[in-house]
Amino acid sequence: MTVKLQSEPFDPGALTTAFLGATGGAGAVVTFTGLVRSTPDDPILSLTLEHYPALAQRQLEDLRAKAITRFGLLAAAILHRYGTLYPGEPIVQVMTLAAHRSAAFDGASFIMDTLKTTAPFWKKEERPDGTSWVDAKHSDDAAAARWST
Amino acid sequence: MKLLYFAWLRERLARDGDDIAPPPEVETIADLIDWMAGRDEGFALATANRKLIRAAIDDRLVDHDTPIVGASVIALFPPMTGG
Repeated sequence: MTVKLQSEPFDPGALTTAFLGATGGAGAVVTFTGLVRSTPDDPILSLTLEHYPALAQRQLEDLRAKAITRFGLLAAAILHRYGTLYPGEPIVQVMTLAAHRSAAFDGASFIMDTLKTTAPFWKKEERPDGTSWVDAKHSDDAAAARWST
Repeated sequence: MKLLYFAWLRERLARDGDDIAPPPEVETIADLIDWMAGRDEGFALATANRKLIRAAIDDRLVDHDTPIVGASVIALFPPMTGG
């Protein structure tokens, strides 16, 4: 798995184990898993992710290739879900493999920060009193901007 | 030429796309949004804040000043909120 879009839930641990199956020369793997967040003071019932399939696949493949080149990664993989998800479920998983930890951490951060503002997914939250689209955050733009050179 | 809409833009327009044949003077994404807004009040309202409209031509992200000549599919959508 290098870049995959799917609606079904996934097992973060199984993905990590599979990714670790080919670690020739690597000294570090970083795994990030994003979850559907719901808090007691602002509970959500579900999260629906709309996406633009062809553009999402292209953007994530480009992003993966950029991360490998920029940070000298030995491997990288991105899995992103779409459709209706529930609190606690995984949304996205990014895995990077590198000779040393700094490249693996930076590669994973770069992928996540850039993905949030350049991959065509849109979140809609369902609460007890109705549904609403999630607004893009300035903090996400700032996080992506720190990787621009 | 096919226009696609996503997320709240799709919901506000109450459709997921349009088949269009813009005249030659509609040269860029910005021109296209202006042209559609001039023909459709709902479109004008939904796209009133142009900063909230992103665009892609044939599955590639583009800016509003990108020429649309030769495009098959143009997508318009709000800022992305994945991850």
